[in-house]
Amino acid sequence: MNQFNTFLASFKNLTTAGYLFYGLGLITLISAISVVTAKNPIHSVLALIFTFFCLTGHYMLLNAQFLAIVNIIVYAGAIMVLFLFAIMFLNLKEEDEEAKTNVTKMAAVIVGGVLMVLLLSIFNYAPVGTYNPASFDAKTGLVERLGIVLYSDYILPFELASILFLVAMVGAVMLGKREAGDPHF
Amino acid sequence: MQPNDVAVNIPEVIQQIPLNYYLIFSTALFVIGIIGVLTRRNAIIIFMSIELMLNAVNTLLIAFSSYRSDPTGQVFVFFIMAVAAAEVSVGLAIIVMIYRNIRTIDVGVLNKLKW
Repeated sequence: MNQFNTFLASFKNLTTAGYLFYGLGLITLISAISVVTAKNPIHSVLALIFTFFCLTGHYMLLNAQFLAIVNIIVYAGAIMVLFLFAIMFLNLKEEDEEAKTNVTKMAAVIVGGVLMVLLLSIFNYAPVGTYNPASFDAKTGLVERLGIVLYSDYILPFELASILFLVAMVGAVMLGKREAGDPHF
Repeated sequence: MQPNDVAVNIPEVIQQIPLNYYLIFSTALFVIGIIGVLTRRNAIIIFMSIELMLNAVNTLLIAFSSYRSDPTGQVFVFFIMAVAAAEVSVGLAIIVMIYRNIRTIDVGVLNKLKW
């Protein structure tokens, strides 16, 4: 109850950015729920793209501009186009998916809820701390600062990522290639 | 209160929102992803729920990295995105191949390995 009162008090003297956090957070969670509940897979993909755009807004608010742009390019651009391609390729109909029984669904939701309560009650005791005004660096998320760290401390993982992409590309082509006897979908 | 020239540089969200709220937000997003994996049978939607969970983790890493002014967390997010892109390309190729062989992507049908 005490926590709730301090929450209400802090809610009253927020500026635009503070309200944006709550608004964006709410929209993100609603569209994430509609990803899971949508009957039509295409609606699911569109809701997921919307979720990614909302998360990009969160990254902007946190002053992580580089990752905000990368999130749009990689997730909303490349990955979701791949998903849309696969769904249109496979020509799924809505009635293709017979629902799981209600008991399974309820059990899943209960498991998820219990996990959430468990995690939140653990985090309640975690001293996450807060920002340090004296040593705060507003340029953390900019390309300049990230580039220095990426190309000095993390140069080996960065180069290994290129090998990972090469292997993934070869694997995807090998798996997706039509064998002599395979049907044309 | 801090002197004005310092406070100007700190993003307003970081000044006003406690880091705990980002923990709650990411936990909710992660749990939505878990519920999606457990309730749906369409393999592509299960895949999308996994993407949701990855993004919940990304959000939390970026929040911690911004609040503590440590760029390492954001470099990690960059690598997570790279691995997710590779994972999705291979995973969708596997799903397409499953569809070609059994004409469905319902994971309930894939029970050959069940004892």
